[in-house]
Amino acid sequence: MTGDLLGIPWAVLLILLPLIGGLACFLLPSLSKSLGLLCALAILVAVGGLGWQLAENGAQRYAIGGWGAPLGIDLYADGLSLLMLVMAALVGLGVSVYSSAYFNGDKARHFWPLWLFLWAALNALFLSADIFNLYVTLELLGLAAVALVALAGGADALNAAMRYLLVSLLGSLFYLLGVALIYHGFGSVDIAILAQRIEPSPAAWSAVGLMSAGLLLKTALFPMHFWLPAAHASAPAPVSALLSALVVKAPFYILLRLWLEIFSPTGAAPGQLLGQLLGLLGAAAVLWGGIQALRQTRLKLLIAYSTVAQLGYLFLAFPLGTSIAWKGVFYLLLSHALAKAAMFMAAGNILYFCGHDRITDLDGVAQRLPLTLAAFSLAGVSIMGLPPSGGFVAKWLLLETALRSGQWWWAAILILGGLLAAAYIFQVIGHAFTQADAPAETGLVPARMEWTAVMFAFAAILLGFFATDAFELIGIGAPTSGVSGG
Amino acid sequence: MNLAQSLPLLVVASSLVPGAIIFFLDEKQTVARIFLNMAGALIKLALAGVMLWGIVHGYHYEIRLPLLPGIDLFLRAGPLAMLFVTLSATLWLLTTIYAIGYLEDSPHRSRFFGFFSLCVTATAGLALAGNLLTFLLFYELLTLATYPLIVHRGTEEARLAGRNYLIYTIGGGALLLLATVWLYTLTGTLEFTARGFLSGLDAVHHPALIVIFVLFIAGLGVKAALLPFHGWLPQAMVAPAPVSALLHAVAVVKAGAFGIVRVVYDVYGIEFAADLGVTLPLAILASATIIYGSVRALFQDDLKRRLAFSTVSQVSYIALGVAVVGPIATIGGLVHLVHQGIQKVTLFFCAGNLAETLGIHKVSEMNGVARRMPWTMTAFTISALGMIGLPPLTGFISKWYLGMGALDAGQNWVIFILAGSSLLNAAYFLPIVYAAWFKPSPSTWPHERSFGALETAWPLLLPPIITAALTLGLGLLASSPISPLEWVRFIASREFAP
Repeated sequence: MTGDLLGIPWAVLLILLPLIGGLACFLLPSLSKSLGLLCALAILVAVGGLGWQLAENGAQRYAIGGWGAPLGIDLYADGLSLLMLVMAALVGLGVSVYSSAYFNGDKARHFWPLWLFLWAALNALFLSADIFNLYVTLELLGLAAVALVALAGGADALNAAMRYLLVSLLGSLFYLLGVALIYHGFGSVDIAILAQRIEPSPAAWSAVGLMSAGLLLKTALFPMHFWLPAAHASAPAPVSALLSALVVKAPFYILLRLWLEIFSPTGAAPGQLLGQLLGLLGAAAVLWGGIQALRQTRLKLLIAYSTVAQLGYLFLAFPLGTSIAWKGVFYLLLSHALAKAAMFMAAGNILYFCGHDRITDLDGVAQRLPLTLAAFSLAGVSIMGLPPSGGFVAKWLLLETALRSGQWWWAAILILGGLLAAAYIFQVIGHAFTQADAPAETGLVPARMEWTAVMFAFAAILLGFFATDAFELIGIGAPTSGVSGG
Repeated sequence: MNLAQSLPLLVVASSLVPGAIIFFLDEKQTVARIFLNMAGALIKLALAGVMLWGIVHGYHYEIRLPLLPGIDLFLRAGPLAMLFVTLSATLWLLTTIYAIGYLEDSPHRSRFFGFFSLCVTATAGLALAGNLLTFLLFYELLTLATYPLIVHRGTEEARLAGRNYLIYTIGGGALLLLATVWLYTLTGTLEFTARGFLSGLDAVHHPALIVIFVLFIAGLGVKAALLPFHGWLPQAMVAPAPVSALLHAVAVVKAGAFGIVRVVYDVYGIEFAADLGVTLPLAILASATIIYGSVRALFQDDLKRRLAFSTVSQVSYIALGVAVVGPIATIGGLVHLVHQGIQKVTLFFCAGNLAETLGIHKVSEMNGVARRMPWTMTAFTISALGMIGLPPLTGFISKWYLGMGALDAGQNWVIFILAGSSLLNAAYFLPIVYAAWFKPSPSTWPHERSFGALETAWPLLLPPIITAALTLGLGLLASSPISPLEWVRFIASREFAP
């Protein structure tokens, strides 16, 4: 029995399930809510199955249709893919539950197919074993995300969506050019094959430059973040949660894969220099995002700028480069996803309840939506990197590496970033705690929406207690084996 | 993991669990809330008592849970930890009774008592912390749990005070984090050890250790209200009286002072710290804070602000006792951790009673108030005299050991600080006492409420009477085997090489 279950190609199911679910929702719009939720649960089970498979047998490679690389399409799953898939499954389930109360009527009919297609693209991306498939999935992901942003309707949302579309296409184009150069120069698009073949050459360098530029644009690293706040803030709350928690992480994941498996070990990348540059931009993002978040008067924009800052942290590991620093980044990916999803959901609840998200007029939120405020605050603890939380574990590991290697300036950025985060988060909490004069009740927030936000925030905190177990799972297939140090 | 080993965890859980449940109670479920509060407080006190008994009889209580790669969440009930746990458990029980009386009709009680319990959870956790990471965790939790208590009133003034509090404490927490990580990269361990774990480190690291020490003192000094990090404390007075009592006696301010004790004794080791030359600057800083706080207190007409500046001054006695370097001064500093807590909590209870019963907030309104509220003012007077250091009250014991310790360590200048401080204490407390007992009372009080036969509600009256009695009793029975003084002697004997 257990052998049979282990034999199931869970990875393939992870792509097929949302794809079929999306189609079903499209064909049967009246059932889309139930179908979507069912699909989200099934995906969670499939991720569990894949995790079990990986824990038993180590990293997995699937040749779809039996062709195998370099002819056919290969899927590859190791600890890093698993981490991303788990992240997507958790956030996906939560967003599905939240959305089942948030979207109704026409909006729901549009939302579910788009969201499940996005999920399919995302899972396929995390499982791709070659750089061309990564391109295809990235493009699909971008298109689905743009459509979801436009779902909010209104001039602002459409403007932001159009800008997002252009940026997304431009980014993919750069990436595709890099892929073409690599394929031309080294005769393969398979990551494992490339890792052996690639060597320093002008073609490789240009490819690195082009692909990195495209991916950085899509992952909104400072100063290429200009499109993010508008897109993330004007989307409907569950979509904002998806974008900040998952979608921007996808191009980062590709960059990480390329960096860890192709560029870094062979030295094809102008390693140190590019690493330092990425770190520098990351540091600028942490500070700039934090300062901008502090200056916002709208809650959703504040959270969006917070995403800009948090994405900056991810790049601090490039100049540090040890496996401990990468562990910190992996943990930050996960904890930020949970915490940021909780924050956007909380903002959605506040918007739903008050009809606005002006920070100075949030008085009384603590009285009327205590669960929502609790969700926002607990998520804030992780975003600030205070113990015990997933964000703290990540920050500790990055700090430790920075100080151990004597690069204290990265430590200073980490500390400053935490202080800025505390400043903008407590600005919101402070206003929410002030007493409201007259009760301004409008609509009641569905309990499902409040509780989903709380569960996510709580999960971000709980992550702080499971770091050692999590690192064991992430370490399957040794995704950071190519880098130096402990 | 057997039951005995999990006792430290239970002590932490005994306020965490009731607190978590209280959050979800309806405002009207007063009985359930009171039951949970009191049950938690009594269980914690009982557990602390069991552990005290156990430690005296040679049992060890510790528990580890993996937290980060290589570092555990580590709780251990050592003698120093138990000093603080017992203090906080006792005063929490009394403050809970007081708070129930104080907040009887005000809104958001579930929220208040939830965070109140979290606050005490954090205090118990950082008392029992067996390594710096665990300490840091609870230290930050304390910051977060006290914030909603400070802004509880929901006014604009409260919001600003809360913001100010956070600017100081989050900043301090960041410095503490930096110091902790840095130290970890040098040593690979963070576990508290009697006489420290740094003396074996290579001499090339000594400059770094000095910088780390400064970071530690700055990070902890914020909560301990050391000069120049004391600015948040007088502002935080907008909080309700039980919160002020808790903040000043056991929770925030004490957490900082306790942290300094931990860092100096169990991280650096007092003798190694003295060799590094960091104790004398600390002693000077503490002395400056003592004098500064007292001078500022002289000029405050607002009673709670006067008490706040008094705290700034008094808590630094603990740091001073540590920094003088010597077994006797150590006893003085550590025992003041307990004595100051008991005395200060009484004073804040009394200030709260005056405000609640008669609407008195200012020193200048206190003329003749002792005739209207004799019990409250008796408690106030005993504590004030204790603060001044009159024998046989507890404050005298602290100052006696501090002075003797300074002479013993050859630091004669400390005597002048102590004498000056006592004079200043007298100068800002005695006029209050005099006015309250001997000046004629006005015809009406600012805002009087009647409580029948009693001068005020009994939950407000009982706690200060008990703590005032303790101030007297612990002073009289200082040399009995069950006094805090004896316990502190036992701790001090472990920290100094024979």
